[in-house]
Amino acid sequence: MTSAREEVLGRIRTALGENRPEVRVPRDYRTADDRPAEQLLDVLLDRLEDYKASVLRCGPDQVGATVAAALDTGLGAGWDPGAVVVAPGVPAGWRPDGASEDDGRPAVELAAFAATLTGIAVAIAETGTLVLDGGPLSGRRAISLLPDCLVCVVEAGQVVGGVPEALHRLDPNAPLTMVSGPSATSDIELQRVEGVHGPRTLVVVLVA
Amino acid sequence: MTTAPERTEPTPLAPGAPKSGTTFLGLPTAPRGVGHLRGDRSFPDAARGALRDGQLRANLGHATSTIRAKRAAVVGEVPDWEQLRQAGKALKTATMARLDEHLVELERQVTARGGTVHWARDANEANAIVTRLVQATGTDEVVKVKSMATQEIGLNEALEDAGITAHETDLAELIVQLGDDAPSHILVPAIHKNRAEIREIFLRTMPQFQGPDADRDLPAEPRRLAMAARTHLRERFLRARVAISGANFAIAETGTLAVVESEGNGRMCLTLPQTLITVMGIEKLLPTWQDLEVFLQLLPRSSTGERMNPYTSMWTGVTPGDGPQEFHLVLLDNGRTAVLADEVGREALHCIRCSACLNVCPVYERTGGHSYGSVYPGPIGAVLSPQLTGVEDNASLPYASSLCGACYDACPVAIDIPSILVHLRGEHVEAQERTTPEAVAFKALSKAMSSPRLWHLAQRAAGLSRFLARGKPTMPSMLPPPVSGWTRSRDLPTPPRETFTQAWAREHGAQS
Ligand code: SF4
Repeated sequence: MTSAREEVLGRIRTALGENRPEVRVPRDYRTADDRPAEQLLDVLLDRLEDYKASVLRCGPDQVGATVAAALDTGLGAGWDPGAVVVAPGVPAGWRPDGASEDDGRPAVELAAFAATLTGIAVAIAETGTLVLDGGPLSGRRAISLLPDCLVCVVEAGQVVGGVPEALHRLDPNAPLTMVSGPSATSDIELQRVEGVHGPRTLVVVLVA
Repeated sequence: MTTAPERTEPTPLAPGAPKSGTTFLGLPTAPRGVGHLRGDRSFPDAARGALRDGQLRANLGHATSTIRAKRAAVVGEVPDWEQLRQAGKALKTATMARLDEHLVELERQVTARGGTVHWARDANEANAIVTRLVQATGTDEVVKVKSMATQEIGLNEALEDAGITAHETDLAELIVQLGDDAPSHILVPAIHKNRAEIREIFLRTMPQFQGPDADRDLPAEPRRLAMAARTHLRERFLRARVAISGANFAIAETGTLAVVESEGNGRMCLTLPQTLITVMGIEKLLPTWQDLEVFLQLLPRSSTGERMNPYTSMWTGVTPGDGPQEFHLVLLDNGRTAVLADEVGREALHCIRCSACLNVCPVYERTGGHSYGSVYPGPIGAVLSPQLTGVEDNASLPYASSLCGACYDACPVAIDIPSILVHLRGEHVEAQERTTPEAVAFKALSKAMSSPRLWHLAQRAAGLSRFLARGKPTMPSMLPPPVSGWTRSRDLPTPPRETFTQAWAREHGAQS
């Protein structure tokens, strides 16, 4: 008996026959965005805010204080640093005192944290997208998913113009999550509601 | 590698099916008796009820016009949209031309990264594979990410027969599942329900609202309804051991799978359970990682009208310490190779399920998704379903269109749906064994519909016969030949006052 694999592959060969078309793929779409870096940051900020993320800009030496302000925005003043989980590769200077580093506990237990702090791998200005790649700075996928407030630190050098440049920088075999605004649904009368299962609040700290 | 089988002896189609033409080379279509590709009524019969449902038409009209406007705005801001569209079309054509090689490469990559690849000839085989995989984990419930492929094969029913409960987690799918209803749109399956109807379903079915002490305060506001769904599903996500998903894309070169979503329910399913089972049609493939740059631009703008959807997840096999530690990929044929065998019709396999063609279709806007009788409604459904099942099983669908061309203009991969419709109409006629009067009439209709001028003439003739019918529910058999040959043997629904094309032009401004 032929296996399903052999049969399906055989069917495809039968369906295509002998003369398979040679197809030339035109790639005359934009693959690079040559706008100046400063302008890309403005576009990113505009797109993020359009999708109801909050954005705080700061200089490289103010990241820690700005992260604290971001957590004020997301959790309200007086938040408990112990309820903030941090990706393992996040620099010490960004972390609130007393925050918990992800210790690899079972993923579902991360639901107990109120907020998460991570870095990112790449940001796409044109679409307002942050890409997390599962590395030490982004953390494993569950930490940016379960706590209800997500704070991401974006550094200027990580910002590219469009989707092609971003994919070029990423490792296709890494567990990738592209985040564009907080989770949302438009399933009820096409009216957009921010925040369903993923974090309902997204605060971006833009370091430039 | 096996050699291609002999092409002379076609294997028989489903029992009782009329012989197909030579086009299919004897390749089997999706089997009967399983899944959701066939309606129990013809399109005109099903549509007649929908057209009388004022609430349904209001819900649909509101939803499709909203999404049309959003799509137009975000497509308009992309200067190279047409170049992306042509690249998308060419990429899909190139993929199909080497589909066998790309599938073998995908299998190699996924396997090398710790995943297991399964092949399913049809719906029954895919259902059996998934059921067996779930049973092997010892659990009796799974969480599901919205997936057209698993709806197509009727996976939830198959799991239920095996005593396994499948929880749909996409908000719209949840509404449909709790309401014991059927999806009516590819992207927004509950598009036919308004907020008041959704509130009623939630109050009636969600455990959190039952019992004497339950707080039944649930205003019919989208935000509050979404929060009720969040509460309902949270517990299920956290305890789930097995998830089942579809896939929007698979990259042959790297073994990467991608799921595009909005709510985060996809991420929950793809991240938290120990075991992930992904069911994917064999046509979802892209050859290289770079190709994704085209489709990740085309899909979100065309489907939800966003620059980018809130979440896209990508994974390859298994990542130690992050996400499911067991991954199964089920590659599904279920009639796709029969579609591939048709040189005109195979373009329907390029579809990336964005649903833009539904939202611009004047027929869909008035009849809704259920009239199509298949999980694939609207223009793409009218060309895909009859090819997956064999045109004899969905014979009325190729006629469920006014051939206005709006679907082609909206399609991000430029699928020429009108031409495939006309092609299938001809196919249907050829499939008739004898030259019945019906066959001749269909052939004439097909010819008329393939020419805008003849089609408008024929529609005007139909307008005349409406007058002759004097408001009776069906037309008497007094159409001019050749259509009279068809109406002699059956009642034709009375044509509406306006044709779809006329109404569309009136409501949306004249089109070419
Ligand atoms: S046929 Fe084109 S427009 Fe319709 S759902 Fe498929 S990709 Fe979208």
